[in-house]
Amino acid sequence: MTTTASGSAGSKVAYQSTVKHGETLVNVEGLKMYFPVNAGLFVQKKVADVRAVDNLSFHVLKGETLGLVGESGCGKSTTGRALIQLYRPTDGSVNFGGTELTKLKGNDLRRFRRRMQMIFQDPYSSLNPRMSVQQIIGEPLAIHGLYKGNERKERIEYILQAVGLNPAFARRYPHEFSGGQRQRIGIGRALAVEPEFIVCDEPVSALDVSIQAQVINLLEDLQEQFGLTYLFIAHDLAVVRHISDRVAVMYLGKMMELADRNELYQNPLHPYTKALLSAVPITDPELERTRERIILTGDVPSPLRPPPGCVFNTRCPIAVDECRERVPEWREIVPTHWVACHRV
Amino acid sequence: MARLLEVNNLKTYFFTEEGVVRAVNGVTWHLDEGETLALVGESGSGKSVTAMSILRLIPNPPGRIVEGTITFEGKDLLKMNDAELRSIRGNRIAMVFQEPMTSLNPVLTIGQQLREAIQLHLGLSTDDATTRAVELLELVGIPEADQRVKDYPHQFSGGMRQRVMIAMALSCNPRLLIADEPTTALDVTIQAQVLEIMARLATDLNTAVLIITHNLGVVARYADRVNVMYAGEIVESGSAVDVFKRPRMPYTVGLMASVPRLDATEHVRLTTIEGQPPLLVQEIHGCPFRPRCDWAIDKCATDHPELEEKEPGHWARCHRNPQVDEKTRVPASEAAAAAN
Ligand SMILES: Nc1ncnc2c1ncn2[C@@H]1O[C@H](COP(=O)(O)OP(=O)(O)OP(=O)(O)O)[C@@H](O)[C@H]1O
Ligand SMILES: Nc1ncnc2c1ncn2[C@@H]1O[C@H](COP(=O)(O)OP(=O)(O)OP(=O)(O)O)[C@@H](O)[C@H]1O
Ligand SMILES: [Mg+2]
Ligand SMILES: [Mg+2]
Repeated sequence: MTTTASGSAGSKVAYQSTVKHGETLVNVEGLKMYFPVNAGLFVQKKVADVRAVDNLSFHVLKGETLGLVGESGCGKSTTGRALIQLYRPTDGSVNFGGTELTKLKGNDLRRFRRRMQMIFQDPYSSLNPRMSVQQIIGEPLAIHGLYKGNERKERIEYILQAVGLNPAFARRYPHEFSGGQRQRIGIGRALAVEPEFIVCDEPVSALDVSIQAQVINLLEDLQEQFGLTYLFIAHDLAVVRHISDRVAVMYLGKMMELADRNELYQNPLHPYTKALLSAVPITDPELERTRERIILTGDVPSPLRPPPGCVFNTRCPIAVDECRERVPEWREIVPTHWVACHRV
Repeated sequence: MARLLEVNNLKTYFFTEEGVVRAVNGVTWHLDEGETLALVGESGSGKSVTAMSILRLIPNPPGRIVEGTITFEGKDLLKMNDAELRSIRGNRIAMVFQEPMTSLNPVLTIGQQLREAIQLHLGLSTDDATTRAVELLELVGIPEADQRVKDYPHQFSGGMRQRVMIAMALSCNPRLLIADEPTTALDVTIQAQVLEIMARLATDLNTAVLIITHNLGVVARYADRVNVMYAGEIVESGSAVDVFKRPRMPYTVGLMASVPRLDATEHVRLTTIEGQPPLLVQEIHGCPFRPRCDWAIDKCATDHPELEEKEPGHWARCHRNPQVDEKTRVPASEAAAAAN
């Protein structure tokens, strides 16, 4: 493989494409998720909206891992939850394998829930401390009426084995496990109902680096074994590069850029993506000390009062008047490379 | 460069119901003026306890420094009385911790807290201290500092609060700054802002820095030297380049190979370190890393390895002599085996 390392826009970079040419599993159009902010002593009145997710359009291909990065509060978790209908979107469409999820209700929605699962960040608080491992993994099976009696027991054993836990531990409780083992239990719970799509919300952020590597390898193995599709949310850009086929970058509820993994990391077009990548120190002392960095000034604005125009304009090193006035269009600038910036 | 701090055979134990936790078990290291030293290693390996020992902030009971000396500017910190300690803590030695909200008083304004620290250590008048507080906030990049000094901590974002902590820590020109996970709670771009400010001020004031972090990229960028800790001991020590490029202790080898690289264009499966670190309440015979080590031989089960100088200035605690390929970070013998 040939690589000419360069970060500048428009440079020719040779690399292998990581885009999988498959069918679309999830298609998202104009997704909005607003949370009302209420105030008032006696009568609660809506005074504003937190625009947690504001007009996202993208798709997830069957069998791929789409990475989702961005700073705290930019709307990553909300996006993941709105996709699998844990939040009902304020507006927009989420199409899952041909079915419009935002219109589903009751039993129809419950049937779909089985096909879309979630893995959470904190392996401590996301597991019920009073439930044994077999109860934790058996619960979603019971909810969806899958595998009865002895078959369920076998299924639980099979899942424990798949996530690298000894089935002999089935009767133990979460506190008897290490952080990495607990995260395996959470993955097992998501996997039990044979989902096609899993939203992994910061699944390794709370883990020590050596355990983080075990969980990442496990997620990769399971994806291959069961043909899973992942939306992988994380703030560690190196982890996201490692695991993703394509990567999306969010800022203040909006998508800034989306591209094939290597394209995004070697040829970022959006000034926010560039700043984000350059802010992450790499683990090579010789390269790191000579690397040029873009240090952004200022803080992320409140999502209650997003700036007019492009939401990044208050911290953008190349913003012009247009950026403060008009919201940039989300466009495919070259095939499979999407960006929202007036200056590209 | 003059020697600023010397830690010699430090042992800090916790006497708990389950037994004696040997959290720091005989560490020896030093720091020169103006130097930045990083402490890295697995969770629970004794990094924070090392830092707390220097400041003599170990809760007693259950904890106690049972052996060793900590010499700072020629004087043993462990022999000082409380008054002497107070004149050093927050003055000659300053600290920044992970959670800036808990380190700031919520009912006092940012300006009041900065002023208090400045007056306590520099003995300035209230007006001069106020001027100095505004200057410090400007120094750490807080816009409209003369207005923002009137704000309370909750009106500042996490990154701003951490910058205030750094301003406060550096307000009295300390000779040593101890930063325990100073940016772990912060976002990537804010983390970069805060670390750049910290590094710049340390350079300007010739302050030595002890930084504790899990972020190996941060170590690669800022540290002159690195100490790797495992189970209460230093298992490897050397310049950042030596330790990152040519780790000589299998735990460090595993640590480096288990972190995905931001500049990796090809997908390589991550290396993992299977198993768990030893329980520190048990007496450990031989090498503490042996149960997880691919290189272990019989001797590792019986003989505790000494910290040996493997190349000039690069020390490692290992009976074997693992050497890794600088590019792939795969142990050289494994690479050779894979090639066959
Ligand atoms: N249930 C809710 N009610 C009101 N506001 C919410 C709710 N959930 C999220 N928000 C707000 O929406 C915005 C996006 O939050 P979200 O949790 O999606 O961010 P994130 O990108 O996942 O951040 P992090 O990296 O910190 O997890 C934030 O401003 C948050 O405060
Ligand atoms: N107050 C205490 N009582 C008992 N044991 C303690 C106490 N404080 C720390 N320890 C033990 O000392 C050991 C070292 O802890 P320390 O906090 O130094 O780890 P660390 O290297 O800083 O880890 P991390 O990376 O997770 O912050 C741990 O095994 C811990 O459980
Ligand atoms: Mg989140
Ligand atoms: Mg610690």
